[in-house]
Formats: sequence, structure tokens, C-alpha cells
Amino acid sequence: MTASGVVVIGIGNEFRRDDGAGPAAVERLRGRVPDHVRLVVSEGEPADLLEAWTGAGLAIVVDAVGGAGSPGRLHRLVAVGGAVPGLDAAGADASTHGLGLGTAVGLSRALGRMPAALVVHAVEGCDFGHGRGLSPAVGAAIDDLAAAVLADVGGPS
Amino acid sequence: MTHRYDRTLTAAAIARVEGEGALHVRVVADEVREVRLDIYEPPRFFEAFLRGRSYTEPPDITARVCGICPVAYQTSAFLAIEAVCGVQPGEQIAALRRLLYCGEWIASHALHVYMLHAPDFLGYPGAVEMAADHRDLVERGLALRRAGNAIMEVLGGRAVHPVNVRVGGFYSAPAVADMAALGAQLEAALESALDTVRWVAAFDFPDLIVDHELLALSLPGSYPIERGTLVTSGGLAFDAAEFEQRVIEHQVPHSTALHARLAGRDGTYLTGPLARYTLNSQWLPPLAAGAAHAAGLGDSCRNPFRSIVVRAVEIVCALEEAIAIIASYDPPAAASVPVPARAGTGHGVSEAPRGVLYQRYDLDGDGTILGARIVPPTSQNQAAIERDLAQFVQPRLSLDDDALTSECEQAIRNYDPCISCATHFLRLQIDRA
Repeated sequence: MTASGVVVIGIGNEFRRDDGAGPAAVERLRGRVPDHVRLVVSEGEPADLLEAWTGAGLAIVVDAVGGAGSPGRLHRLVAVGGAVPGLDAAGADASTHGLGLGTAVGLSRALGRMPAALVVHAVEGCDFGHGRGLSPAVGAAIDDLAAAVLADVGGPS
Repeated sequence: MTHRYDRTLTAAAIARVEGEGALHVRVVADEVREVRLDIYEPPRFFEAFLRGRSYTEPPDITARVCGICPVAYQTSAFLAIEAVCGVQPGEQIAALRRLLYCGEWIASHALHVYMLHAPDFLGYPGAVEMAADHRDLVERGLALRRAGNAIMEVLGGRAVHPVNVRVGGFYSAPAVADMAALGAQLEAALESALDTVRWVAAFDFPDLIVDHELLALSLPGSYPIERGTLVTSGGLAFDAAEFEQRVIEHQVPHSTALHARLAGRDGTYLTGPLARYTLNSQWLPPLAAGAAHAAGLGDSCRNPFRSIVVRAVEIVCALEEAIAIIASYDPPAAASVPVPARAGTGHGVSEAPRGVLYQRYDLDGDGTILGARIVPPTSQNQAAIERDLAQFVQPRLSLDDDALTSECEQAIRNYDPCISCATHFLRLQIDRA
């Protein structure tokens, strides 16, 4: 990837309900993004995130978040100085495999592998139980979530 | 020294293990009375989800149980289904399956050794802090992980949740040129793997010897990875088809994961790197055997803290095996063999990075799945982990709660438990002021 490349990383597990929002948004983007945009689906393992965004000019992470109380609500968080405002480290450490986005950012900073710019598009979820399918509120938000990502990568909305 | 009569340690979310779990240790009058490892495990959901699906689907569905060891789930699944249908795809496909599985071992073990386990021995709270001081070491671990992922990308189509695996073989066989390039990448990784063994062998290891019966696969002539029969250190030997008669699962109130014991045995048993190594060290390929000897492992290893050395040796083993398979690669005439549906029950076992992974499928005549059973290694090891923790904690009761809790978490990480395989979940703080 060149330094001007863009990578969109949908984080989540489609078998844990709303946790599948990130991958669902990436699927919605297929065929709609410019050629220089790479689409990746990940379970959020920090080493995988680090490898996916190393060398990127812009990395966009699309993820479901919990605990905020407004299912379907979208957030756009811009990393400042290598930190992502609004994501608390303890919450990140409870993620997929004991590590999370916060760890990926910390590791990337220590190794000089942060993308030039990092944006997190988050959708608030309400059901992270076992099973496929998004909750109605999150499912209804995927189009808007994909459009928000497209606005960042310069594709048709 | 604390002299409180009743002391409870709780680690509500254990850091740097694969998933979600909690630990409770209860101490009464300086005696460890109870150790409970609470884990939340999803394979039971997948058992229900598989019912009614086609017999061709489990490799794709079970790959989603875990992002760290999808090949293990795929492998035990297709072995079980092929057993029902009476099909054995042949040695060329078997070699490619072993190669794919080597990729998973390398990637999984590199992640655990460098990112999750080594910080404990070097006095860091985690990989991020370790990377600040040892950038070159962390990069070496990431390069090893990339080598493992490269195998899965060439054989499996992608590193996470491989899509090229099917009942009967693969959707397509890798091109010779791709295999040659992969071989060169793995050759380059081999020296890093040997350096890794030398590096971790020099760590300080607490004294802890466990006496569990050890359970692993056996494949005489080879280090067992993608197939084999089952053996124990207590002299048991049985096939996958006998697994549910030999391994008895039972519920405990504090965990959604079932505990397991060997039928007719009073004690606990352990599966995973220590068991695999102790029961199969004579079958390590030459470089791995030499590295193990130089690391002082001997023929057996019963100290869970030294499991990091065994994992490092197994990275060498997997690279050696992978390089050999690639060197003799001759593309099969067909990437898969036909597997006609048949009614019956089949069983499959393989050595996931964390130990024996068993699956059973009951099919009807058109291949519809009537029932499925998945027994992952971590739930088998849960009772052994709890017993080891009790043994570990007792002589360390003089530590304050924070220090003791931290040491317990380290002890749990010895087993690389794959506790939830899993949800991704970020907690969001919003300041609405």
C-alpha cells in the first residue's frame, strides 16, 4: 500500500448480532468505493489491525460499540496524536481476544506503524448475544454508516 | 503476610487471554479453599446453529467460532463428516491440509508468545509497553505471525476464516509458483523462529510441576497436528469415535463451558502444548528437536510456565514441516474428492494450537445435519487450570491481593485459554455536557 492508500476495516463477528455491523457496512461498500480503497474485514485482533493499516494514508475503522444507550446512533471519531477520543482503554481491553483497538493503536505508535490518519466510524449496538442478524435499529443504520464512510473516502454516496 | 481469615480475589476480566473470563480465588485461614475460572464459551451455540444445515457447510460455519484457530475447527469438522461418508481424500490433499494447519500454529503461537505471554516474563503489563522498549523483538513476532498468515492466504484464500476449505479437500489447489514464493518466505522466517526458542528459553520460570494425565493426538512418525488417534500419559489409547465414551463432560454451576474428565479416572487431565510435547517429542523434526534440546526441555515438560518454550519449539516444527511439504509439492489432479452424503455418525479430532479439538456430526441420508458436538480444548482444560491455580496460589499467599491476582492471571495465560472465541466489544464513553 502506498502512503496515499486508503483502507476501510470493518471489525466484528457476524455471529454476535450487532457486533456484525462493521463487516455488514464493509459488504455494503463493495463495488462502491474508488480503486485505491482497500476493504478489509477483521475480528479486531490488534496485530491484524496493525498489519492492515501499516503504510496507509487513511485508515477507517468501522465498528459496533456498546454501552451508550442509543442503538443505531452513529459516531465519527478522529484519532488525535495517536489516541482515539471517546474509546476508553478498559473497554477496549474487554474486546474480541482480550486486546482491542486501543491496543492496536498503542502498538502501532510504539512501532511507528500508525496510518497517517485514522478515523473510527462507530454505531451503537444493543444486542451482542449469540446469533446472526443485526438488531432492527442497527440494521436500519447500516446504509447511513456506509454513506458516512463513503463521504470520508470520496466515493459516490 | 496477611492474616485475614477470609480472603477473596477476583479478576473480573482477565487481560491478555483469548476472550472473556473471570477468576475467583477464595482463601480461608491461609488455605486455598476454592478456585473458579468462569468462562463463557460459544461452541454450544454453534452446535445448535449447525442442526438442519447441509453436511457441506460445517467447515465454513465452524471457522467462525474462533478468529485465532479457524483451521482447527474446519479440520475436525471435515474429518468427522468424511468419516460418516467413508471418504479419505488421499495423501496429496492430506499434505496440503497439514500445511494449512501449520500456518495456523505459526500465527497463533507467534501471537501468544510475543504479544500475550512474553510481557509476563519481561515485567511489562502488555505488548504495547514491551514494544516501546523492544521494538525489534515485537517486529520479529509480527513477522513470524505474517509467515503463518501467508500460508493461510495461499492455501485458505485468506488468513482469517479461510474460504478455500471444503469437505473432500480444497476448492482449488495452490499454484506451484505461489508455493515456491511461500517456501522462500518460510525459509526466511525459520531463523527468527530458532531465535525465538533461544530467547524464551532464557526466561526465569517459576517452579510448578503438574501431574495431570496428559491427552494428545498421536501420529507415529510425525508430530501430530491435523490428524491422529488419541493417547494419554496414563496409557489410554483410543480413536476419535470413542471420544465421548472416554471423555465425560459435565456441567459446573459457575461456567457456561462444560468441564471434562477422563472416564474411570479420578484426577484431572490436560491437553495442549505440554501434553503434545510430552507425548510426542520423539517425533519432532530435526531442527525443532535440536532447538528443544538446546532449550533444556528434555523429553517431557510438565511446568506450565515453560509452555512458552514448547510453543516456540512448535513454531520451528510447523515451519520445518511446511517447508518440507512445499519442497515436495506436486499439484493434485483434483483439489478435492467427491464426498457423497451418507447417513450416520462421524467423529473428528485434531490438535488445535491449544489442544485436542473434537467434533461429532450426525447426518441423515441426504446429508442434513441432525446433531453436532464440539468439544474445544479450553473447556477440557478448565478443571486442570483451576487445580493448578490452587497449587500455585497456596505458597504465594503472602503477596498482597493485587500482586497475587496479577500472578494468577499470568498463570492462566500459560494455558493460552481461548475463552470466548468471541465478540468484539468496545465500551464507549460519551461526554454529553
